[in-house]
Amino acid sequence: MPEVMDKTLLSVEDLKVHYEVGGRFGTRIGAKTLRAVDGVTLDVKPGECLGLVGESGCGKSTLALAIMGLVTPTSGRINVAGQEIGKSHKPDREAMARTVQMVFQDPYASLNPRQTVHRTLADPLRLHGVDNKTEVEHRVAEMLAKVGLRPEHAGRYPHEFSGGQRQRIGIARALILGPRLVICDEPVSALDVSIRAQIINLLLDLKDQLNLAYIMISHDLGVVEHMSDRVAVMYLGRLVETGQWKEIFENPRHPYTRALIASIPDPFLPATLASQKARGEIASALNPPPGCHFHPRCPMKQDRCVGEAPALRTMGSGHDAACHFA
Amino acid sequence: MTDSPLLAVDNLRIDIGGGKERHAAVEDVSFSIARGETFGLVGESGCGKSITALSIMGLLRHPLSLGSGSSIVLDGQPIHNASAAEMRSLRGRRIGMIFQEPMTALNPLSPVGRQIAEMFVLHMGMGWKEATERAVDSLRQVRVPSPERRVHDYPHQLSGGMRQRVMIAIALACSPDMLIADEPTTALDVTVQAEIVDLMRDLCAEKGTAILMISHDLGLVAQVCRRVAVMYAGRIVEQRASAEVFKDPRHPYTRGLLASLPRLGARSQHGRQRLNEISGVVPAVSAFPRGCRFNPRCGARTDICTIEDPQTTPLDGGQGLVRCHHA
Repeated sequence: MPEVMDKTLLSVEDLKVHYEVGGRFGTRIGAKTLRAVDGVTLDVKPGECLGLVGESGCGKSTLALAIMGLVTPTSGRINVAGQEIGKSHKPDREAMARTVQMVFQDPYASLNPRQTVHRTLADPLRLHGVDNKTEVEHRVAEMLAKVGLRPEHAGRYPHEFSGGQRQRIGIARALILGPRLVICDEPVSALDVSIRAQIINLLLDLKDQLNLAYIMISHDLGVVEHMSDRVAVMYLGRLVETGQWKEIFENPRHPYTRALIASIPDPFLPATLASQKARGEIASALNPPPGCHFHPRCPMKQDRCVGEAPALRTMGSGHDAACHFA
Repeated sequence: MTDSPLLAVDNLRIDIGGGKERHAAVEDVSFSIARGETFGLVGESGCGKSITALSIMGLLRHPLSLGSGSSIVLDGQPIHNASAAEMRSLRGRRIGMIFQEPMTALNPLSPVGRQIAEMFVLHMGMGWKEATERAVDSLRQVRVPSPERRVHDYPHQLSGGMRQRVMIAIALACSPDMLIADEPTTALDVTVQAEIVDLMRDLCAEKGTAILMISHDLGLVAQVCRRVAVMYAGRIVEQRASAEVFKDPRHPYTRGLLASLPRLGARSQHGRQRLNEISGVVPAVSAFPRGCRFNPRCGARTDICTIEDPQTTPLDGGQGLVRCHHA
């Protein structure tokens, strides 16, 4: 399908997801607005891996849920392979499931302990109208082979597998319907260190084989650098920097991106980076600092940062940063 | 007395279960830590690093027990057979502890100032009033902003990073000789992790407190600790200066671990290389393989590895060691 190759697969435009929290007795009295995602614009092309980086509470998981069609956006629009999701557009769940799937962080919690692997993989096929038994069997066996599991594993239950194998099952389940976009939410951080490489290699192999697009959510910048084509950095609901992986890692422009890179414990990291660490902790999304959200922690803070929120500005060749002094 | 190490662990064995079902979860582990030194134990879940720390603090509980022949000596004094009361007086006063998840380690029903002050009352015989004043100082030392107000806060009112600072304040309240930090930053975000690690390292250096740090993150340990021991399946497989381990890892497991992690900057330098996989999984305690415990996963395996247990070979002029037939 060469004609679709250069079209965008996912486009998110000025997406906002706000929650009302803390209202008394079911009313909105005293309620506050939590801006989990606050004006995010990004796109993903077919076969591309977008790394999404940020600390807990920055809104990356909410963004993922919105793209999956699992939370209703407050405003803005999302288009996934032609499917429109918005405030007034309820997505077609079945069509969405065939386009976007998710791999979760914890392979212990995200598999049904009472279902065999076979059933975990066969159920989605049946729900989507594949009722020919031989075809179901064939597709389940083929998928198990793709993720590096043996055919006899199909009859077993999740507790019989190690963490790495469970994550393989999680990946198989995500891929069984042949989606084009897979959201990987911290897919290796719950795994033993010696197992992580297996899963990272598998994800990259499958991406090439099946021309999958990934949104790779991770706090491990080493993994993000290794896997991503482009990287987006989020802070308190907003994108603060996006660009090609090489630009982001070799020439980071936003002080928050630099702070993230400087925080990586690596004895061989150049000493110049170490001075760029951030102070303090991420603020609450219920009560974000005015102006640039990052200013209370920023080593480059000026008066302007408190009063005025910086917009994303281009730094050249697809590299944008939201900082007055980048 | 000054020449002897602060902590000497010798021939440590920790059994799990009893009778026929008894297995050694940790075996033949020996290391020593000098005064003010920083030492790291690195390994994956189930390798025995955390229970090694628990055994030093005398906190092994059923089904875990200290094997016979194990010796733990703190400052010349054997503590492996100390009574519960003796251990209680050691913990907090001479050995401080920080745990992974500060929310479960702190008492949710008590203000954090009181939990710090308790240390001064229990171990230094202060009155509560004086102890509370000292608690404010402690909070200031761990760089908690407006400590006079924060002493009255309950743990749930603090962020994860602030809670971990409180844990550090409690652990270092009585200026212990040694701080044991078991995955102190695993529950925290990376930028906060960097701050907490710096804080821990700086305070301990100031007070001359030795650190025993436990983590699965070799990079993090190397940043804090001068020496490191890599554990696999209940044994130390390589023990050396952190810089040496990174420069020239000698055990196939250490080499595999380092090669399996995508290091920042590697892709810029060499392009995207396929990550080196360590095949297989960590063995269960009840099914440690015969011979070298890493042999089913090892690329350099030969016949001897499946038959004979490797002994330790000295490295770096006796400063380090490795446990491998082929190193």
